[in-house]
Amino acid sequence: MALDFVQLAPELGQFSLILSLCLSAALFVLPLVGAHYGSNVLMQSGRSLATGFFIFVAFAFFCLTYSFVNDDFSVKYVASNSNSLLPVYYKISAVWGGHEGSLLLWILMLAGWTLAVAIFSRSLPLDMQARVLAVLGFVAIGFLSFILFTSNPFDRILPIPPQDGGDLNPLLQDIGLIIHPPVLYMGYVGFSVCFAFAIAALLTGRLDSAWARWSRPWATMAWGFLSVGIALGSWWAYYELGWGGWWFWDPVENASFLPWLIGTALIHSLAVTEKRSLFKSWTILLAIFTFSLSLLGTFLVRSGVLTSVHAFANDPERGVFILAFFFVVVGGSLTLFALRAPVVKGSAGFSLLSRETLLLGNNILLSVIMIMVLIGTLYPLIADALGLGKISVGPPYFNLFFLPLMGLLCLLMAFGPLSNWKRTSGAQFIKLLWKPWVISLVIALVFPFVYRDKYEILAALTVFIASWVATALIADLIYRLRNSESFLVGIRKLSLSYFAMVVAHAGIAVTTVGIGLTSIYTEQRDIRMEVGQKVTVVEYDFILNKLSHIDGPNYTAEEALITVMKDGKFLREMKPQKRRYLASGSTMTEVALDVGFFRDLYVAMGEPLTETAWAMRVHLKPFVRWIWLGALMMGFGAVLAVADKRYRKIVKQEAPATNVPAGKLVNE
Amino acid sequence: MHPLRKQRLMIVIFIVVFSSLAVGLMAYALRENINLFYPPSKIASGDVPHNTRIRAGGCVKPGSVERASDSLQIRFLITDGISDVKVNFNGILPDLFAEGEAAVINGVVTESGELNASEVLAKHDENYVPPEVAEAMKDKGEHQKTCEGLKYGA
Repeated sequence: MALDFVQLAPELGQFSLILSLCLSAALFVLPLVGAHYGSNVLMQSGRSLATGFFIFVAFAFFCLTYSFVNDDFSVKYVASNSNSLLPVYYKISAVWGGHEGSLLLWILMLAGWTLAVAIFSRSLPLDMQARVLAVLGFVAIGFLSFILFTSNPFDRILPIPPQDGGDLNPLLQDIGLIIHPPVLYMGYVGFSVCFAFAIAALLTGRLDSAWARWSRPWATMAWGFLSVGIALGSWWAYYELGWGGWWFWDPVENASFLPWLIGTALIHSLAVTEKRSLFKSWTILLAIFTFSLSLLGTFLVRSGVLTSVHAFANDPERGVFILAFFFVVVGGSLTLFALRAPVVKGSAGFSLLSRETLLLGNNILLSVIMIMVLIGTLYPLIADALGLGKISVGPPYFNLFFLPLMGLLCLLMAFGPLSNWKRTSGAQFIKLLWKPWVISLVIALVFPFVYRDKYEILAALTVFIASWVATALIADLIYRLRNSESFLVGIRKLSLSYFAMVVAHAGIAVTTVGIGLTSIYTEQRDIRMEVGQKVTVVEYDFILNKLSHIDGPNYTAEEALITVMKDGKFLREMKPQKRRYLASGSTMTEVALDVGFFRDLYVAMGEPLTETAWAMRVHLKPFVRWIWLGALMMGFGAVLAVADKRYRKIVKQEAPATNVPAGKLVNE
Repeated sequence: MHPLRKQRLMIVIFIVVFSSLAVGLMAYALRENINLFYPPSKIASGDVPHNTRIRAGGCVKPGSVERASDSLQIRFLITDGISDVKVNFNGILPDLFAEGEAAVINGVVTESGELNASEVLAKHDENYVPPEVAEAMKDKGEHQKTCEGLKYGA
């Protein structure tokens, strides 16, 4: 019986993908028609269709996974991405190790988000619900036809299937790959929900603060996933690529970073729209752009126009398809925006010193940063298309813009939590912020002296910005607790979404410290090491003790045994490897790490020079963990924000959720 | 002028000035940080500016790789089937760097026509050839896209 299923799985998977395409087409059409003619039955069909869509996509995904686990190499995609020697967890993660499967994962995520909308949006007016689901259905049609017509993961190699598979790219045989793509995709695809809300709002013309409140948790959640997903990618690159870098301004990294930047602007702009009914058109535009950039990212990464580990497909047909879909989505939604947005108008005013202005500044800065990253990413492609030659844009370009603008953003960030809506007096800012300013200044000036012999101005600047953000948060917390009898009572009164903001902003400060101090203080020695030789990096001595040969499950490796001494005392042993994978014959560097809160020791084998000598990378990377720790804090902040009880209350009310008076929302 | 119009005019002027400033800065930064790609034959014929960062790519000529015995200094030739260019590099080569395979080099061309590399990139997997290199090869007509099809002179 089990054997039968193994043989049938690809066909069943294929069939259920086709069914889910039909269902998503119905999901697009029926609720929309229902909303137009006011038919409750048709509008309500959205929820069941969304459920069906999810079930069939999940089943297709299960079938592909099943084929992977059972080594069904008659399936072309399995044959080119798996191998019978592969451990079972890598067989499962190999499902999304290539183009077709990662696309299926994308669709599975989309189906999951659609189902979540169907479940958690019952309190929304029925027509809104129907339209949101319909838009998601439309996105699903695009991606399902893409996978079915150009990149079918269930294609067979018949009549003679290969004996064994070509193996998963060894770079991807790693825990980082198991989790990085799903989390990143959760973020990417999550923005499709905000997009659907924005389009539905344009269709109904109901752009009120209630709309913003419905979208907010979705946007925040997607943003949290994206933050963590990007950090996971950076972490993976750090220890898996073996160059010691954690961000390369590689076009593929930028592709994921662009929606993050605009998504960050979106979650802030949504706050203004919810609380103050302002920036409505702008927020809609941001929601459209965030999702469009997710699509653009998918196009850049998947079409093979870029050179990278991620570019699986070098098939122009696929690129054309995604590009066409991209233009339909962007063109269609912007046209709709142009037609409907003028109806929407905000009326409330605000003065120059106010939270609105600060959030506007946040939005402008983030948009500018996004545009500059976008130009740097697309310029080589455009230049190539126009015949201006083959060029590449290097990291200096990105750093030149990104660092000052991001610094400015962080400086302004400290004011945000302390400001009031409508207007804040300058005196209040000075009263509350002079202490944080002085404290940060002192920390910043002292830190480089204490940390290393050579004084680094940039390190002082980094530390200043980070502690400025952090101390301003503390000052704000103290200010909010000024009237409560005790610390604990006061803390309990503050809302979860307030803590969410604190954690996420503190995360930015932590990441800033990580990025700045790692870049400034990293000590790296790329050197020739003989057995018995000692290399000194600051207070650490690295001694190459011996080289040995190791046999792994699906690879063989050369391993170096390195003893690390700190100030003359034994600290630990490190064992970097250079692996050769049997199936593909490719070579991989396994980095040895000594992880610490304040510094990482990083040793990687380069290449053999003689019998007893290797080229080695020996790095000391201060504060590198902080980069990812900060991102995790941002993700945690997102979770806290969504868990805030004001969203749950609304779900429970189950009631006249149409137009909650805006006044009720302001006093949170 | 009507005060409201005046205010609008100020806003428009502000936007125009600010955005042209931004675009100008960006164009400047792009110009400073763009690395043009050249095939070895262009470098050999002297069409490449000296002391500017460029990208070059070609196939590593088999048998041309020489290592120093006491450091990571390395020298090799890259070729596009027409000309060879000598590359100097001090550092660790990527895992998939090999003789007879494609490589992309970031670096500076010296007065003597050699390429001082700051970075050497190789392909990501066995079947992959960097598009720039593939194209540089394709332009030469009789050669195939990959380095395998290249006839290496003596």
